[in-house]
Amino acid sequence: MPKENEFENDVASQWCPGCPNFNILDAIKSALVELKKSPDQVCLISGIGQAAKLPHYLQCNFFNGLHGRALPAAIGIHATNPQLTTMVVTGDGDCYGEGGNHFLHALRRNPDITVVVHNNEIYALTKGQASPTTPAGEKRSIQAKGVQIAPLNMPAIAIIHGCGFVARGFAGEPKHLKDLLVAAVRHRGLSYIDVIQPCITWGTRPFSWYKDRVQQLDDDYDTADQSRALEKVMESSEKIPIGVLYQASERKVFGHRFREIVDQRPLPELDPIDAEEIKSLLQGFRSAP
Amino acid sequence: MHDVNVVIAGAAGEGIQTIGAIVSKTVLDQGYAVFTWQEYESRIRGGQNSYSIRISDQPHNTPLIEADILLALNAEAVEKYRPLIKENGILISGESSEGSSIRIPFSKVAKDELGKKIYANTVAVGALIGALGIDLKTLQKEIKNRFADKADEILEKNRLAAEKGYEMADEGCRDLCPWNLPKRDGRFYHISGNEAIALGAAYAGCRFIAAYPMTPSTEIITYLAENENLGVFAEQAEDEIAAIGMAIGASYAGTRAMTATAGGGFALMVEHVSLAGMIEVPVVIVVGQRPGPATGLPTRTSQGDLLFVIHAGHGEFHKLVLAASDPLDAFHKTVRAFNLADKYQIPVMLLTDQFLTDSGFSFEEFDIDGEKPATFLADPDAIEDYKRYQLDDSGISPRLYPGQSKHLVGVDSDEHDERGHITEDLVNVALPMAQKRLAKNKKLKKDVMPPQEIALDEADTVLVGWGSARAALLEALDLLKADGINAGVIHFSEMWPLPDYSFPANKKFWTIESNATGQLARLLRSEYNVIFEGRIHRYDGLPLTADFIRTNFNAKRK
Repeated sequence: MPKENEFENDVASQWCPGCPNFNILDAIKSALVELKKSPDQVCLISGIGQAAKLPHYLQCNFFNGLHGRALPAAIGIHATNPQLTTMVVTGDGDCYGEGGNHFLHALRRNPDITVVVHNNEIYALTKGQASPTTPAGEKRSIQAKGVQIAPLNMPAIAIIHGCGFVARGFAGEPKHLKDLLVAAVRHRGLSYIDVIQPCITWGTRPFSWYKDRVQQLDDDYDTADQSRALEKVMESSEKIPIGVLYQASERKVFGHRFREIVDQRPLPELDPIDAEEIKSLLQGFRSAP
Repeated sequence: MHDVNVVIAGAAGEGIQTIGAIVSKTVLDQGYAVFTWQEYESRIRGGQNSYSIRISDQPHNTPLIEADILLALNAEAVEKYRPLIKENGILISGESSEGSSIRIPFSKVAKDELGKKIYANTVAVGALIGALGIDLKTLQKEIKNRFADKADEILEKNRLAAEKGYEMADEGCRDLCPWNLPKRDGRFYHISGNEAIALGAAYAGCRFIAAYPMTPSTEIITYLAENENLGVFAEQAEDEIAAIGMAIGASYAGTRAMTATAGGGFALMVEHVSLAGMIEVPVVIVVGQRPGPATGLPTRTSQGDLLFVIHAGHGEFHKLVLAASDPLDAFHKTVRAFNLADKYQIPVMLLTDQFLTDSGFSFEEFDIDGEKPATFLADPDAIEDYKRYQLDDSGISPRLYPGQSKHLVGVDSDEHDERGHITEDLVNVALPMAQKRLAKNKKLKKDVMPPQEIALDEADTVLVGWGSARAALLEALDLLKADGINAGVIHFSEMWPLPDYSFPANKKFWTIESNATGQLARLLRSEYNVIFEGRIHRYDGLPLTADFIRTNFNAKRK
């Protein structure tokens, strides 16, 4: 098969045929091409779940780690080499459930990375249990009588904590999603996209249900208005708004002090420490002559 | 000289650490070796804690329990610690008390003479230095250094407070205090296990540490964060899971990275230990032991996590577990931990304990030469088609990092092919990959140091111990000799994988360890088939001492 771009690879996919994840994968590849990145400049980090397999399906550096723990790895990678384009690809179970705590603290740190959450409101890889975003009352395999607890609204939480780029995309609109990804990667600081990705195997609603409801934000929507953004993600409406929900003037990026005061370079490029420096520090532990 | 043991006792927040630090530095500057040891409760205010200073002309890095001098800062401390005073020892306190004691109402003196109660502790410091027969000059120099960045008035008041305390002790002491520590030529390093590990990590080229605060390992990240010139990116993580996750991410990205915690925190990290084994990313984890289970006794010491750490991680993979004996050893073991983690692309755990990390040990020399920092990265220019997990009989594949070159680096916690992609091909891909990882152990085992053997030739009894018990074991040999027992020591400091080693024939072996269930004994018996004649276990949260070993040995031997 001729390669459309240099991010294509020939690893066989484990996704269900027709899964909207394929659209997200295409959007990511197109975005990276548009951003003029080469595969060696890109590092994709994921945890576990169907979304977390995505890094295998394109040509780049990748770290497919533990369930829920993509963010700590990504933060360590970003701290070590901020020159890499670091992107976390995760799902609603991985990022909002198992790894929820890390997401909260990523909001505080503001690392210059992009987090893409495939949100399908279900645990697909384990065959259909409720996820943190499953609406209350909906039936899932364990929650046979309907989910008894409230869903988590992570975009709202991100906006409250001043995440500088919060967006919602839809896997059924890959071009729009690609534009969101380009803007997200360009944003300096944490950028976060919650992507509606209906599960065609275990999901309880047809793909068309989502397609009929998503609606791009109006051109006059003010992405800089934090209160409006919060209202937007909290309002119950027939329509699901997609687009950039909130974009803030840039705040200090994770590691800025180290980069400004200590060293700008990626950590592996720092000069080895001089043994004399250690010896001189040791003199501080020694009795006076 | 006969060693002099000073115990400073008081409530948390009352200042025993500051007093202890000033006194020990003064004694050190007077030319003596000091061993400082703290036992404290897990609280910031109240309780009764102690700070012991063992003074000698040569380093004696084990605690003495009985006190020549007890400085007690309050009535409760007098009551709790008075039984520790030796027959000819003295008590210095602000309270009126029976027997050999010097009463100096520190607070009253500070208030009356210097206008503020805040100088009470410096009065106490002066008194203690006076009772020890150390030149006031040496103390005044230390006070000048310590308060150098304070206002002149504060420095002057502290100077006067020290002088006042010194004079009052001198008056009260004439018949009671036989101690005399004139200035001598000795020069010693005085350093704790955590400080040595932090310096060792920096020397080894560690550039990233993430940790969640947990006694007794917090000082490692604190030291590295404070000393920015060492160029270590230090991050306080939201939990221990994130801490090790960040360290593994950093290491994957090409830098040497570590984390530090205690048993409970390590329990949270264990899934990531398995991840490091699977994705073959080197990482160094310091595990400071304290008594468990669960929260246990957070500020006390233990050797109770040996088997837990050795067996940590689901699935089968190789790891290295080292145990530091003292701060100098901890420095070198830290360098070794980073080197071997890199060489074999495995997780390495460095075991310490509260006794080692919190105590201040003396060394005449602190020679950092030894194993040099060495990295084992591949050369990207020499590789045409890069495969992160290229099969190799040694088990070690070429390691590059992302962004280093055009070569792509992919790692996966799933079983994977040579390029790091998920596989379900059991026969052709998964099995050879598992075998590749497991092949590392052959060479790794050869790199592990055998135990240290001490005085085995003459010995018919051999004390077998590990980690920070080393100095107590050695000191116990001398005490047992006085009881007519020819004993030797076998001391392990590289715990897993255990090296090829044969226990000598025709000796009686005793294990000595700070845990209840005899974890070292169990390990050695299963690996070397060695039979133990006796076992001495201490698990009350206090460190092993030569006295404890001697007493228990004599009580248990037939």
